[in-house]
Amino acid sequence: MKKLSKTTKSSLITYGIVALAYIFCEIFMRTGHMSSLMKGILVPLCIYVILAVSLNLTVGILGELSLGHAGFMCVGAFAGAVFSKCMAETITVSLLRFTLSLLVGVICAGICGVLIGIPVLRLRGDYLAIVTLAFGEIIKNLINVIYLGLDSSGFHVSMKDAMSLNMEPDGMVIIKGAQGITGTPSDSNFTIGVILVLITLIIVTNLVHSRTGRAIMAIRDNRIAAESIGINITKYKILAFSISAALAGAAGVLYAHNLSTLTALPKNFGYNMSIMILVFVVLGGIGSIRGSMIAAVVLTLLPELLRSLNEYRMLIYAVVLIATMIFTWSPSAIELRERFSLAKLFHKEEKEVQ
Amino acid sequence: MKKLLSLAMAGMLVFSVAACGSSDTPAASDDNTAAEATDSTEAEETGAEGTDAAEAGSTAEGGVLKIGGIGPATGGAAVYGLAVKNAATMAVDEINAAGGINGMQVEFQFEDDEHDAEKSVNAYNTLKDWGMQMLMGTVTSTPCTAVVAKTAEDNMFQLTPSGSAVESIAQPNAFRVCFSDPNQGGASAQYIGENKVASKVAVIYNSQDVYSSGIYETFAAEAANQGIEIVAAEPFTEDSKTDFSVQLQKANEAGAELVFLPIYYTEASIILKQASTMNFDPIFFGCDGLDGILAVENFDTSLAEGVMLLTPFAADAEDAATQSFVSTYQEKFGDIPNQFAADAYDAIYIIKAAAEKAGITADMSASDMCEAMKTAMTEITVDGLTGAGITWSADGEPSKAPKAVVITDGAYAAM
Repeated sequence: MKKLSKTTKSSLITYGIVALAYIFCEIFMRTGHMSSLMKGILVPLCIYVILAVSLNLTVGILGELSLGHAGFMCVGAFAGAVFSKCMAETITVSLLRFTLSLLVGVICAGICGVLIGIPVLRLRGDYLAIVTLAFGEIIKNLINVIYLGLDSSGFHVSMKDAMSLNMEPDGMVIIKGAQGITGTPSDSNFTIGVILVLITLIIVTNLVHSRTGRAIMAIRDNRIAAESIGINITKYKILAFSISAALAGAAGVLYAHNLSTLTALPKNFGYNMSIMILVFVVLGGIGSIRGSMIAAVVLTLLPELLRSLNEYRMLIYAVVLIATMIFTWSPSAIELRERFSLAKLFHKEEKEVQ
Repeated sequence: MKKLLSLAMAGMLVFSVAACGSSDTPAASDDNTAAEATDSTEAEETGAEGTDAAEAGSTAEGGVLKIGGIGPATGGAAVYGLAVKNAATMAVDEINAAGGINGMQVEFQFEDDEHDAEKSVNAYNTLKDWGMQMLMGTVTSTPCTAVVAKTAEDNMFQLTPSGSAVESIAQPNAFRVCFSDPNQGGASAQYIGENKVASKVAVIYNSQDVYSSGIYETFAAEAANQGIEIVAAEPFTEDSKTDFSVQLQKANEAGAELVFLPIYYTEASIILKQASTMNFDPIFFGCDGLDGILAVENFDTSLAEGVMLLTPFAADAEDAATQSFVSTYQEKFGDIPNQFAADAYDAIYIIKAAAEKAGITADMSASDMCEAMKTAMTEITVDGLTGAGITWSADGEPSKAPKAVVITDGAYAAM
C-alpha cells in the first residue's frame, strides 16, 4: 500500500473521529440506549463544531482575531429561516427545502463576510476584532427592529412595528421584530448535522493543505515576506475570511431549523456567543482543527452533564474552564505533562518491545 | 505527542457519550414506568431537591406522578425561575402531605434553562430522561415557545405558569396560568382609560424583548380606542438598559402624565431612580414584570411609592388563601412571594384539579395523560391565588379578571 502523506493521514483521522462518533451515536440511538438529553443535544453539538472549526480558519490559519462570528451565524440563521418559512408550502420535501435554505444562508453570510472583509482586512492589528465585534452587534440589533411580512402582493418591510406593514388579510408576518421568527419547520437532524460537519472539515482541511492555504499561512507568519514573493494579501485574506463566514452561516441555518423559535438575543447571537466560540478555538488549540472540534463538543456537553449538581453547575463549569486553560497553556503544566505523558510511556514500551 | 493527546481526548469523549447514554438507560425506557428500576435514582434526586424522599418512598401504593419544571435558576431572569421552583415545591409538599393526587404522591423536579431556548430544550430532555409525565413550565416566554414544539411532538401535557407570548401555547397540549401579552397590554390601556388615570402617556419599553414589545404593541392599539394619547414611545435594548436619562428626558419634555413601563423590574428600578434625580414625577404604571421591584437589592423602596401595576396577584390581599400562602412562603424561603410564585403555586393545584377530574393514574403513559388532561382542563373551574373562578378554553388561554395594585408604604396594596 502506498504510504499516505502526513497531512492526509491527519485529516483522515479527523474525519474518522467524526464518522466513529456518528456510528456510535446511531447505534445507541437505534438500540434505545441514548437518553433524551443526548438525542436533543446532538444537533447543537454539530452546530458548535462547525462554528469552532470555521472560526479556527480565521483565528488559527489566517491569524486575525474575529469577534463577530455569531453575527455571521445570525445572518445565516435568519436568511435560512425566512427562506424556509416562505417556502414551507411550496416545497414539501424537507431535505430539498433545507438544502436550498442552507445555500441561501451560506451565500448571505458569505456576502456579508466579503463586504466586511474588503474594507477591514486591508488594516492590520486589532482593527478586524473591533469591526467584527461591531458588525455582530449591528446585525443583532438590525434584526431586532425589522418587521418582514409576506402577502399576495409581495414582501413588506418595516422598521417600526407589525401594524405599519399594511398587509393584505391573507398575509403572514415572517420576522416580528424582537419576537423573531417562530414556526420554522424543524428540518435539521443529526445525520444532516454530521454531514455538514464533515463538509466543513473537508473544506477547511483541504483549504489549509492547498496552495491557497499555504499562502494564507505565509501571510499569517510574515506579511512582508509573503507580500515580497507576490502573494496578493487582500485577496487571500478575504478568501479565508469569507469562507469562514459562510461556514458560520451554515451553522446558523442548522441552528434555525433545530428550534421552532429564532430570536436574536445577546445570549445566542451576541458577542457572548462569539467569545464562546473563540473559547472553543483557544482551548482546543489555535490552528488545530481537531482540537477545536473536540473542545466544542466537550464544552457544550459539560454544562448539561453537570445538571445533577444543581446550583453549583455553572460554578463547576467555570472552574473546569480555568483548569483546562491552565492545563493546556501554562508553561509549567506543559512541562509536567510532557514528563508524565502517555506518549512517552508508549515510546518506552515500544523500545522495550524492540 | 499532540496527536496522541488529541486521540486520547477523542477516546474520552466517545466514552463519555457512551457512558451517559448507557447510565440513563433505566430512565429512558421509563415510558412503561418501570418503577422499581428508577426508585433508587429517584430517592437521590428528590433528596437533592429538598422534597421528602422518605415519604414518597413509603407511601407509594397509588404510584408516583412525576411533574417537571423548567425555568431560569441562574442568570438575569433567575428571580422568576427560583420563585416558581420554590412555590411549586411548596405546593407539591402540601399536596403530598394531604394524600396526593388520586392517591398518587407527586414528585417535582426543576431544571435550569438560563432563559435560553436551546438550554430549555436540553432541560426538557433531561426531565424526560428522569421520567417526567407532565410539564409545569417553562417560566419565560421565548424558551417556552421552543419547548412547546417538543412537548407537542411527544404529546406531553404542558402548563406554563408565566410564559405569556401568544406562541408559547400555540399547540393544543399547552395551557397557561398567566395572561397573554396582548391581554396585558389591552387590559392596561383599558384600565388607564376607564379610570381616567392619565390622558398623556409615555411608554418606555425594551424593543428586544418579546414580552415588552408584545405588550407595547397591543397597548398602543388599545390606547387609541381609549382616548389615550401616546406622547412618546421610547425603546431601549438589552445593551443599553443601564441608562434611561434620554428616554425620561423625552417623556418629560412631551409632557407625559403617566409613564407606562411594560418591562421587567430590574430596569424599572433604574428608571425610578433616574426619574427622581431629574425631578420628573409622573405616575408610573406597569404590568406583571414590575412585580418584584421591592425585592431589588440596594433599591430605595420609597422611590417606588405610588407605582401602579396590573398583576393578578397582590401579596397583601386580604383573603385567607393568599395570606396563608404568603406566610408559609416567607417562613420557608425568607422573602415575600411575587406573582410568578403565585402562578406556579396555582399551576400545581390546577394540575391537581384537572388530574382528579380526568382520573389520572400513575401507570398511564404521558401521551394518554395529555389527552385526558386536555379535555379536563376545559371542564374545570379553579379558585386560585391569581384569580377566582379561572376557566380555560381549548386554545389554552385562561379567563380571569386582572387586578391593579399600587405600592404604598413599601408594600403592594390592592386598589
